[in-house]
Amino acid sequence: MSEKKLMYGNHAIVEGVIAAGCRFFAGYPITPQNEIPEFMSIRMNEIGGVFIQTESEIAAINMLFGAAAAGKRAMTSSSSPGISLMQEGISYIAGADIPVLVVNVIRGGPGLGNIAPAQSDYYQATKGGGHGDYFTITLAPNSAQELYEFPKLAFELAEKYRNPALILADGLLGQMMEPVEFTYKPIDPDTLSEPSYALSGCKGRDRRVVRSYDLKPGKLEEMNWQRLKKYQKIQETEQRFEATDCEDADLIIIAYGTCARVCDAAIRMARSDGHKVGLLRPITLWPFPNNVLAGMSKTVRNFLVVEMNMGQMIDDVKLATECRSKIHFHGRPGGGVPTPPEIYEKIQAILGGAR
Amino acid sequence: MKQLFGRPNGLTDVLQRYCPGCGHGIVHRIIGDLLIKLNIRECTVGIAPVGCSVFADEYFNCDMIQPPHGRGPAVSTGIKRARPDCIVFSYQGDGDLAAIGTAEIVHAAARNENITIVFINNAIFGMTGGQLAPTTLPGMKSTTSVQGRDIKKQGYPIKVCELLAGLDGPYYLVRTAVNTPKNVINTEKALKNAFVNQIENKGFSMVEILSMCPTNWGMTPVQSKKWVDDTMMKYYPLGEYRNRAKEEK
Repeated sequence: MSEKKLMYGNHAIVEGVIAAGCRFFAGYPITPQNEIPEFMSIRMNEIGGVFIQTESEIAAINMLFGAAAAGKRAMTSSSSPGISLMQEGISYIAGADIPVLVVNVIRGGPGLGNIAPAQSDYYQATKGGGHGDYFTITLAPNSAQELYEFPKLAFELAEKYRNPALILADGLLGQMMEPVEFTYKPIDPDTLSEPSYALSGCKGRDRRVVRSYDLKPGKLEEMNWQRLKKYQKIQETEQRFEATDCEDADLIIIAYGTCARVCDAAIRMARSDGHKVGLLRPITLWPFPNNVLAGMSKTVRNFLVVEMNMGQMIDDVKLATECRSKIHFHGRPGGGVPTPPEIYEKIQAILGGAR
Repeated sequence: MKQLFGRPNGLTDVLQRYCPGCGHGIVHRIIGDLLIKLNIRECTVGIAPVGCSVFADEYFNCDMIQPPHGRGPAVSTGIKRARPDCIVFSYQGDGDLAAIGTAEIVHAAARNENITIVFINNAIFGMTGGQLAPTTLPGMKSTTSVQGRDIKKQGYPIKVCELLAGLDGPYYLVRTAVNTPKNVINTEKALKNAFVNQIENKGFSMVEILSMCPTNWGMTPVQSKKWVDDTMMKYYPLGEYRNRAKEEK
């Protein structure tokens, strides 16, 4: 059996990033993700990796752009306001087709908001986020275990499609302690091959250029259509989700991350009272698991979307189900976290009303 | 017949789009020459800014990257830390380096990042059509200061060498010009130092180069060269503002 350790979610990310063979971190302090740079500074020092505390999140994302364009696995972490500052850089990186990993430990917003857990950056993460037509692969872990495992998955997807990848966590997942099993052999970065775009000096080959612009008439349009093909391929092949008790369900809850954990408790309460309630947990928020939802919506009358925001993922649920079913919503914006009884009450109201 | 002068292999064989009398072409040629003379072309990664010299990614015959406006020093830091064996230079104009990218240049200098910065100061925003730059001189006209820069409204220009010389971090800070043959030769010497410092792992080197923009200054190329001598240099004196190599001797 592999080693097991009790860890903070934020520390689990660090171990996951290092096990994924990443040796480059640049970031700026912001609550509630400070344990990531703090622990990262210690770990990178131990293993001879690069750790830079930057002057801003703008500098951090651009250092990632440089390191990743040089062909190395590179990551940063921040929380909502800091991620907003990174959007210009993420847009350039997406436009230059360079893989990086950005972790957003979301806090309450808008503005300075608060430092409580939230999911209010869903639109920003899944609809591009910065300027121009682009998407970022977005993963939503719901445990310290997944915080450890998803950096490797994120790098693999990012590199496979040459696209930025995001991991969306929140203050609760980051600060929570859970057992983590080190399920895979750490990757030695020296065994990773040099990507075809890597800027490493043009010895023995043609020079390479990494850029997101082309001013020749029609060329940028062509580049964007090319990129759309990539996005379509990702949407066709990378939809990930977890379905719990959905087979016989009269009502399916859709929730991710912390909300999925809370809803998991709520559906167990409902099941013990004889209500047929299931949980569909999107693991990839982009690409959104449309296919499974489209299938479910042919037989399931009621869906309940639970989010720690005013209602953002609900739009994707409505699109995926094409309005065949009733879509209910329970949200807690501004750092509110729903409780299982609160959700159970909503379940009863929906199923009661359906009778 | 023996060829005495030609395009160095450090530059690509394409037509550069700079205006007549512009200083970018002169500086490009010096860097293109140095990439060969110092035998670093095949291990160099250059950074093209946003501005007139955005097309530098087409002109330098080495690996190139084009990052967001002003972020050259941060991108350079990322490349250099990820690949310490590469020689990294960031080519930037005054809007890129001294306006939107002020934080990045100050902190890269403070960290003494082992990179080379080529800073073209022509006191104007070129690419966007002649707007006020952070280096536009008091009284100087621009399309957003048509009466001339009013220091009461638009404040004073930023003297980047002097600003960075206030930091302990940087290894080499020098201001040169490319308006006369003598100044071009001095610029070549300074740029050579700035690359050699990096090769020898000494740290942050920046060459600020006073350059001509006849198009946006509304002058002929000849007038603009004279203007650098008569006006610009009075505000931006040439010379070394930091040279740790000399201090170490």
